[in-house]
Amino acid sequence: MPDIDVRLERVTKQFADTVAVDDLSLDIEEGEFFSMLGPSGCGKTTTLRMIGGFEEPSIGTVYLGGRDVTDLPPYKRDVNTVFQSYALFPHLDVFENVAFGLRRKKVPKDEITARVNEALHLVEMTGFGKRKPSQMSGGQQQRVALARALVNHPKVLLLDEPLGALDLKLRKQMQLELKRIQQEVGITFIYVTHDQEEAMTMSDRLAVMRYGKIEQIGPPEDVYETPATEFVASFLGASNLLDGELGRQTDGNTAVQLAAGSSVTVPTDRVPHDLYDTQVKVGVRPEKITIEADRGDPAPGFNHVTGLMRMATYIGVSHQYKVEGPGAKELTVYVQNLGAAPAPSPGEKVRLVWHPEHTFVVKPSAPLTQEEEVE
Amino acid sequence: MSESAVRAEEVAGAVATSILPRKPQRRWTRFILPTYTGAVMVYLVSPILVMILYGFNKTGGLKVSFKWQGFTLAWYRGLFDIPNLTQALKNSLFIATVSTLIATAIGTLVALALVRYRFRGRQVADMIMFMNIAAPEIVLGAALLSFFVTLGLPRGVLTIIIAHVMFNIAYVAVTVRARLSGFDTSLEEAAQDLGADPWTTFWKVTLPLIFPGILAGALLAFALSIDDFVITSFNAGPVSTFPLWVYAAARVGVPPQVFVMGTLIFTFGVSLAAINLLLQRRRVRPALAEASGAADDVS
Repeated sequence: MPDIDVRLERVTKQFADTVAVDDLSLDIEEGEFFSMLGPSGCGKTTTLRMIGGFEEPSIGTVYLGGRDVTDLPPYKRDVNTVFQSYALFPHLDVFENVAFGLRRKKVPKDEITARVNEALHLVEMTGFGKRKPSQMSGGQQQRVALARALVNHPKVLLLDEPLGALDLKLRKQMQLELKRIQQEVGITFIYVTHDQEEAMTMSDRLAVMRYGKIEQIGPPEDVYETPATEFVASFLGASNLLDGELGRQTDGNTAVQLAAGSSVTVPTDRVPHDLYDTQVKVGVRPEKITIEADRGDPAPGFNHVTGLMRMATYIGVSHQYKVEGPGAKELTVYVQNLGAAPAPSPGEKVRLVWHPEHTFVVKPSAPLTQEEEVE
Repeated sequence: MSESAVRAEEVAGAVATSILPRKPQRRWTRFILPTYTGAVMVYLVSPILVMILYGFNKTGGLKVSFKWQGFTLAWYRGLFDIPNLTQALKNSLFIATVSTLIATAIGTLVALALVRYRFRGRQVADMIMFMNIAAPEIVLGAALLSFFVTLGLPRGVLTIIIAHVMFNIAYVAVTVRARLSGFDTSLEEAAQDLGADPWTTFWKVTLPLIFPGILAGALLAFALSIDDFVITSFNAGPVSTFPLWVYAAARVGVPPQVFVMGTLIFTFGVSLAAINLLLQRRRVRPALAEASGAADDVS
């Protein structure tokens, strides 16, 4: 089992009248690419800043490599940060920006030159040493900011929405780049973002946060395939959710009685134990559903609901359908564009079919507020 | 895309919407404000030009005559021929330098405190600085004099310096504060993140970045100090400064050396201001130009 690199123990951070982080405990393993994901105001950045030493927890303890660093200022912690705004020093050129940390540690001159060049090489910015930050594009500044942090060989690298200011294409490219660099240097990365796709692309594990608490933590595929709450189900990817109540259990399956009448089944091991006898939401991801005409008998052993095709959108790689399902709920279906069957047209009655293994049951959450949506 | 390019597009869009080419409405009134501004500039600059000009006037005696009698460099060569004037200038330069250094240090720290920290009395401090700038010099001068008399402090270079520091602090603080308010504090966090303690962070990051503001404040302080007459005259005692000497001499006639010294002080001040401006420009301008060209050539 790998060593724990960062440990937060029952950490709470209270600002004047808000609790930004609420009794949060977290273990991050050495060499892990860990993401904290959540809407605006969920406490992810505050958590990161407490690890970096820029905020002091109101209650709780922060450990770095087993050592209590709760009261250490940032300049005494063996972590480095890539800031959202890059925060490159505008009066220093690229070389001096990257060398800043090494100079503070009184590293010998030759070694500084070698390490700075190595770091610039790592982020593919060789030859930019003499440039001033303002003479570079956002993507280039981003790379320099990364080099400036990595050159110190920190124990942990903290990244606060570092790609937020870049355009989509560059962002995608930098995501892969960051992952490559992390694997190359083998440092623990803690990455804060509100972009779920970004978090899934890069992370070994991610934590979905809301209201200063962790809603769910785990590898991206676990969190995606088996979300724990309605919030996670809708924040991480798209979900179709129907109101229901848990019913009978028969040989490894649990029936969920839908509020709209029919019922679906879920493997019992996919049902959290604390959800019995409560209102639940039962969900399925849009790409797990197949659409067929509502004729004849449905295939046994599958979940299905019937609905009315409302809108078909052609996206190129896929078709996206909006179907009015049970209880007038709008359901979304993605179908890969294999070019075979003709697409169902609006107004047709259709049957949506999916495997019970792809069904999940979650606790209902409060809907996302407007403040949470702005970032 | 550069700002001008955006504007050009907007203009193009506006033109495209009206199909028939409109006759450009160029009215003569568009010359009013530029002409007026030109006149004001002449008004502002002519005393300086006169001063520079009279430094080259070939007058007969030591006293100035306001008739142009030909070009000469004699007054530049004999700049220090009047010992009292030379001493007064030396005093002024010394006082201006010392009071500027002290006022700049104090004023910068005040500005840092006002921008960075929320504390009780912050607004009072703001008001006091405003009062200090707005108060009539004659009142400050008289008040300082009675203060020094009460303390039993003999008037001289020291009291002049104290007085000049007093009226310069607010100017420096206001100038530096303007520079600081746009300061990105994440730069300081970045420095600390990279292992710099608060002291190093200040010297390596904060100070270099606000230096143009500090220099601007210092230049202002120097300019205010070297030509201050009212407050100085109250607190000078036996010491003469350049403005005091010129004022005293004006009653009988000003020697041309005064114009030369004025010209030199003016030139010195203007060059410092110009250098400061150029340094700031160089930091921003080519940067922007190059960034748009260099954008994404790697990534």
